[in-house]
Amino acid sequence: MIRTKLAPLALLVAAACGCGPARADSGWGLLNMPEGVTEISRKIYALHMKIFWVCVAIAVVVFGAMIWSIVAYRKSKGAIPDGTLVHNTKVEFIWTVVPVFILIGMAVPAAKTLVEIEDTTKTELTIKVTGYQWGWHYDYLDDGVAYYSRLDRKSDAARELLSGIDPNTVDHYLLNVDHPLVVPVGTKVRLLITGADVIHSWWVPAFGVKKDAIPGFVNEAWFRVDTDKPGLYRGQCAELCGRDHGFMPIVVDVRSKADFASWLKDKAAEQKQAAAPSAAPAPPAPAAPAATSAGASAS
Amino acid sequence: MPTPLSHAASHEEHDHKPSGWRRWVYATNHKDIGTMYLIFAGTMFFIGGLMAMLIRLELFKPGLQFFDPQFFNSMTTMHALIMIFGAVMPAWTGLANWMIPLQTGAPDMALPRLNNFSFWILPFAFTLLLSSLFVPGGAPAGGWTMYPPLALQTGASFPMLIFSIHLMGASSILGAINIVVTIINMRAPGMTLLRMPLFVWTWLITAYLLIAVMPVLAGAVTMLLTDHFFGTTFFTAAGGGDPVMFQHIFWFFGHPEVYILILPAFGIISEVIPTFARKPLFGYEAMVYAVASIAFLSFIVWAHHMFTVGMPLAAQLFFMLSTMLIAVPTGVKVFNWTATMWKGSLTFEPPMLFALAFLFLFTIGGFSGLMLAIVPADYQYQDTYFVVAHFHYVLVPGSVFGIMAGVYYWLPKWTGHMYDLKLATWHFWLSAIFVNVLFFPQHFLGLAGMPRRIPDYAVQFTDWNMVSTIGAFGFGLAQLLFPYIIWKCVRSGARVGNKAWEGAHGLEWELRSPPPYHSWTTPPSDAVIARGAEH
Repeated sequence: MIRTKLAPLALLVAAACGCGPARADSGWGLLNMPEGVTEISRKIYALHMKIFWVCVAIAVVVFGAMIWSIVAYRKSKGAIPDGTLVHNTKVEFIWTVVPVFILIGMAVPAAKTLVEIEDTTKTELTIKVTGYQWGWHYDYLDDGVAYYSRLDRKSDAARELLSGIDPNTVDHYLLNVDHPLVVPVGTKVRLLITGADVIHSWWVPAFGVKKDAIPGFVNEAWFRVDTDKPGLYRGQCAELCGRDHGFMPIVVDVRSKADFASWLKDKAAEQKQAAAPSAAPAPPAPAAPAATSAGASAS
Repeated sequence: MPTPLSHAASHEEHDHKPSGWRRWVYATNHKDIGTMYLIFAGTMFFIGGLMAMLIRLELFKPGLQFFDPQFFNSMTTMHALIMIFGAVMPAWTGLANWMIPLQTGAPDMALPRLNNFSFWILPFAFTLLLSSLFVPGGAPAGGWTMYPPLALQTGASFPMLIFSIHLMGASSILGAINIVVTIINMRAPGMTLLRMPLFVWTWLITAYLLIAVMPVLAGAVTMLLTDHFFGTTFFTAAGGGDPVMFQHIFWFFGHPEVYILILPAFGIISEVIPTFARKPLFGYEAMVYAVASIAFLSFIVWAHHMFTVGMPLAAQLFFMLSTMLIAVPTGVKVFNWTATMWKGSLTFEPPMLFALAFLFLFTIGGFSGLMLAIVPADYQYQDTYFVVAHFHYVLVPGSVFGIMAGVYYWLPKWTGHMYDLKLATWHFWLSAIFVNVLFFPQHFLGLAGMPRRIPDYAVQFTDWNMVSTIGAFGFGLAQLLFPYIIWKCVRSGARVGNKAWEGAHGLEWELRSPPPYHSWTTPPSDAVIARGAEH
């Protein structure tokens, strides 16, 4: 029986090695949830790991007992069944009550974290996020800045059926957008999330935020990125929203407070100009890094 | 009304069954109907499985190689509907039809013509659903959960989807009524409720769940129908409705539905393990109460499927705690099964192998279920491949292995022939290995951030998707052994006596194999019932 078990396994390993071309950024190591860059995302990660290890501990005990039974009580080894072992109130009481305490031990920290997540007071910046088929719209409510964010062109070309473009050659295939959401570090950013057509879900794993964008209703979520963690963070729509559900990524460009302030100022000025009746059709907004340098020269 | 029992008993071999196609189309015999249910379920299992293969084929590597995203979405939607309503549920009803009269000492099901009707609805329901693949706009692609407003964008297949679900629901409700009436009214004298085999118990509770929630699903899809065609706005905010209300109604059906799919498997495992451990089930009464508690809890946990819709804090806490509570009776069941093996005398025939795989792998699905109950962590897991891994662990090595354990356990009883044990053991090992190759890496993919229901993915997810696809094809091909083994068994298996397995207990093993056409034409004596109910 051991031989029958191993033969297909060996085949499988061989097959898997044979067809996976060696890549530098191999995905074999992607096994776990990211810790993320916010206090909440780290708390979620800690909760996740805690439950995971509790499950592992229970598994060791339960699977251990099962494996012991399978190994030790074989008829082929002359095991005689103990037909009297059919009921034991003490044991049954223990294995009903002990799990209750383990569950309470998990529920208390989970509830505490949940209360923190639901606290949307004292936010410093509010952005309205609208999901539509298929992209996102961001509206900085207090600053007169609003724009669409879609899958970037390279990914969009490569993702066509039989496009002939190798996704491995595309920068951040399916996880890149034309205009990322720009936010400052160390700021409690509140998102007001809604949907324009069907339900979408705004998810950035590194922030520990996933909230449904529901047409006709406004959901709240918030995050505060660590001061020392500016950078680009990526996510995807997490609620089936039709044909191109898989092609509406989210990119958040987290900048220092000063960089963000100048970006916001320039963006507001640019959009005001574009809205003026005499202005030429709005040029495509520059990509994020370009925007920073443009902002520097303008001011 | 004159009872036909004494007459039939004296003509046991002259059962006057219609011959040819009439025997099946006009079928009122519980075994014939059970057989038809099982064949239907097997057919749907392969159609739904083929769709799963297509899904995994497209996901073998990044980039779109084979299908338009819309067709891919149709495949995920249809795969789920077919596997849930076409494969697993009819397989359980088929097993119930075959086994409940045999196990309770009844001659047949209580309502034979209703039984015929509830089966024959199904081929029409699924012909309608499958033919939606060929209408303009393609098959439904909004997910089996049919969330509006997306579901309302479905093309010409929309009314076909709704009507086929109405038909499936009607079939399930009629089947469930028949099972409840049979169990309550048709048991042999002396077969008290707490002497019933666990399979009968779990089905009794499952049938009540079905009667409770299938009308809720029917109501939900009817509201979708009127929203689509008759200008109502149940689920449209612009008209005063609420799309999230659909999710609440759907999951009020959907969560008990999850237990409808798994509870009969608990029953089978509770029959198989004692037989091959040669030891009565540990904690019989606790097992019954655990199933009843799980069924009760299934009505108050539904919103854990929708933690990200933006519910009030108190509601999220309530649904988290009630969901975690399910771990307690589920734990009791797993511990009792383990204790049944403890100090037993184990052999490893195919039904036992599937039951053991169930024990390990369903428990893994239970662990990930517990993790999913933790709301803050669920914000990260929700709608990712972690969820896909979780529910496939409880549905494939859970429900499907439960069905296979049941079929391999009772096939000698049904046919009077033993099947090829060696080949069935191969079927087991291939299934058990590949099911893990298929679904275990999906835990990694989900945690690393891959959403579910996407036809294409970022390149860092390639490796584990490849492994998963290899597992899918291995698992799918291994299933071809199953119908071959059954066919070979029917054709040329060695004859078996009343009791196909040394350690088997229960009324079904008191009848000859195959059992007489009208199962228990005279009720079994109290002594026989007591012998079968040794627990």
